[in-house]
Amino acid sequence: MIRRNSIRNLIDEIGPVDQAGIEERVAKYTTRSIKKSSKLFGLRLATSMVDLTTLEGKDTPEKVASLCQKALRPHNTPDIPQVAAVCIYPAMVRHAAKHVKGTPVRIASVATAFPSGQAPLKTRLAEVRQAVADGADEIDMVINRSAFLTGQFCLVQDEISAFRDACGDSTLKVILETSELETYDHIRAASFLAMRMLRPGDFIKTSTGKTSSNATLGNNQVMLEAIRDHFLATGTEIAMKPAGGIRSAKQALQFLIAVKETLGDAWLNNRRYRFGASALLNDLLRQLETQRTGTYQAPWSFTEDSSGY
Amino acid sequence: MPAKKNTARELLFGDLWEFDPAPESAPAHITARYGLFIGGKMVTPKSKKYFDSISPRDGKKLSEIPLANAADVDAAYQTASTAFKSWSELPGAERGKYLFRIARLLQDRSREFAVAETLDGGKPIIESRDFDLPMAAAHFFYHAGWADKLDYVAPGRRLAPLGVVGQVIPWNFPLLMLAWKIAPALATGNTVVLKPAETTSITALKFASILTDAGLPPGVVNIVTGAGETGAAVVNHPLAAKIAFTGSNEVGKIIHRSLAGTGKKLTLELGGKAANIVFDDAPLDQAVEGIVNGIFFNQGHVCCAGSRLLVQESIVKEILDRLKRRLATLRVGDPLDKNTDIGAINSKEQLTKIQQLVKSGIDEGAEIHQPACKLPLNGFYFPPTLFSSVSQSHRIAQEEIFGPVLSILTFRTPDEAIEKANNTPFGLSAGVWTDKGSKILMMASRLKAGVIWANTYNKFDPSSPFGGYKQSGFGREGGKHGLLEYVLMK
Repeated sequence: MIRRNSIRNLIDEIGPVDQAGIEERVAKYTTRSIKKSSKLFGLRLATSMVDLTTLEGKDTPEKVASLCQKALRPHNTPDIPQVAAVCIYPAMVRHAAKHVKGTPVRIASVATAFPSGQAPLKTRLAEVRQAVADGADEIDMVINRSAFLTGQFCLVQDEISAFRDACGDSTLKVILETSELETYDHIRAASFLAMRMLRPGDFIKTSTGKTSSNATLGNNQVMLEAIRDHFLATGTEIAMKPAGGIRSAKQALQFLIAVKETLGDAWLNNRRYRFGASALLNDLLRQLETQRTGTYQAPWSFTEDSSGY
Repeated sequence: MPAKKNTARELLFGDLWEFDPAPESAPAHITARYGLFIGGKMVTPKSKKYFDSISPRDGKKLSEIPLANAADVDAAYQTASTAFKSWSELPGAERGKYLFRIARLLQDRSREFAVAETLDGGKPIIESRDFDLPMAAAHFFYHAGWADKLDYVAPGRRLAPLGVVGQVIPWNFPLLMLAWKIAPALATGNTVVLKPAETTSITALKFASILTDAGLPPGVVNIVTGAGETGAAVVNHPLAAKIAFTGSNEVGKIIHRSLAGTGKKLTLELGGKAANIVFDDAPLDQAVEGIVNGIFFNQGHVCCAGSRLLVQESIVKEILDRLKRRLATLRVGDPLDKNTDIGAINSKEQLTKIQQLVKSGIDEGAEIHQPACKLPLNGFYFPPTLFSSVSQSHRIAQEEIFGPVLSILTFRTPDEAIEKANNTPFGLSAGVWTDKGSKILMMASRLKAGVIWANTYNKFDPSSPFGGYKQSGFGREGGKHGLLEYVLMK
């Protein structure tokens, strides 16, 4: 009997990724020139896609309250869209619920022993159920990288489907932690493993923001292409969330151009695409205000209610 | 999973987020009328004649270009011949200084030159800005480095310059081809009479001002403009020690014939009909990107364009679907817009030629695919075009179209791919796409082409020799090989 490594088998099935080629492709996004009304549209769209995040040991109910306030009212000028969600630890979900329940801003909670995922399955499942019970609309889980890298794909997928079931009606976001998978082939493989377990509208997400390297145009592109291939093969629309490392409005626009040119118009909304970020929001606001007033505003004219990754 | 649902499933690349025009606004500083650059000065042509330079972007006149006759070309050769003595005797390090200066001046004025190149030739500003100009400067830098090291090229041998070299260049990369030609000639101590293509003379004539600013001694580089007759005068002048030509096969053959028995050295870089070969184990999205880059770069006005796509039969539908999806996001239009991927066709004549060959493809039964895209009303434009179900005997599989038109053929085995790839009078370049390294090496050793790219396409470097097999010409440009074309080994 010929025994093959399961990662190689999967890559044979879904096709490989060439590193030099994909990086050349995404470099073209950075040369697009977005001006005037198209810039305004992009900035507003990006603002509406932010999962405003705080994930720190020092998070408190008060800190979360101010994050929620910022999410609901990012700036004191009219017409600025609200962000998509606040993204917090499970223990903070019930505090956030007091401020944003009943508003368009959703509560996303990381769970499953975020960021490492190194806890017994029972514990991780319990964490998901508790977060949902406390009011989380979305659960950001981490995949079992240990199982992935040792080729135990059934285990990876079984866990994802267990978390999906535990989510009930809440949306699931599957964090691949791309920097720990390292290669584009691995990222594509993990994307497919996850997507095959997901419902339409669930997300795959690049990273936790807790490692040295997070969302890049390269890993974003690999995942967008995986979503496209999965959609064309099955009809299931999976959403995407790059997280960590996107700090400037300019970067956010480049990521959105990748969405526009890879998945098209149907993914250019906050049900299909999100940014996991905190510092990004104020830069988007700064650029929006620059477009509105014609001049750059001082940094202190934007409220600082988020920090983290 | 029920496969029949598949048909209606497609992505929508619509206008939800349309980009506003983003025209490059830097001035090109094009003057209303140019002179010939002879003996370090802009002079009026003895012919007293001028012709219009048209911008393919909108069909409007940009400038008047002098039409050099035989007397003008003779004047250029005489001054180049006079300048040769002192220029060739300069220490290499001194010649290198001039080349470094030219390279830096090109960098300083790269924005202005990029806009001029786009206005004059129709290529997207993104390409002239990010490819043509940086590469042109890189060629001068590279050869500046050689100028003082010629004694070490071949141990025990000395490299002597040839004399005055006549150079005739094409319209697809006007400034870059000028750099490919002038830089090695000057580094090795030759002097130059250069004729740019008649549709794209402006950046060459602007380049004269860089030579002046660099303080290059008068007569070392002379630029004469005009069409075929001027070119013939350049090629046939008795003072020419060497002719370097890049252009069409027809003209290449004429030059080859007319030089027979004259003792002049000759290098020819002519056409191509490159095979871009995609195996079933290739990284498909990156292959599609490489195919697009291979054929639509510079509107396909590239002698090494990957104009024949050879796809393993088992993945041809997959590749075609992905190509069509990618084409839907290519932006065709005003080349001055920073978001334009495919600009204007260089001239009306070229547009007509492309239209005729595309018509022959349709008439001969190939299947045509073009994305829905709005082309500007004025100027010369052609949409990116795919032909599937193409066989070897179609004209569009044999003749060089030199436009944004891709012919897609299939193969079943590596042997068949090699057979089809080599079944052409050309042999300039080829591409191989596979995830398997050993297959790349096997294919590369059996493909009869001067340049073979693996899992990439249209990559250039001044240190890498470029040139062809068979009717794609002979001689190499770039690298040590290219340098040796401009010297006598003593």
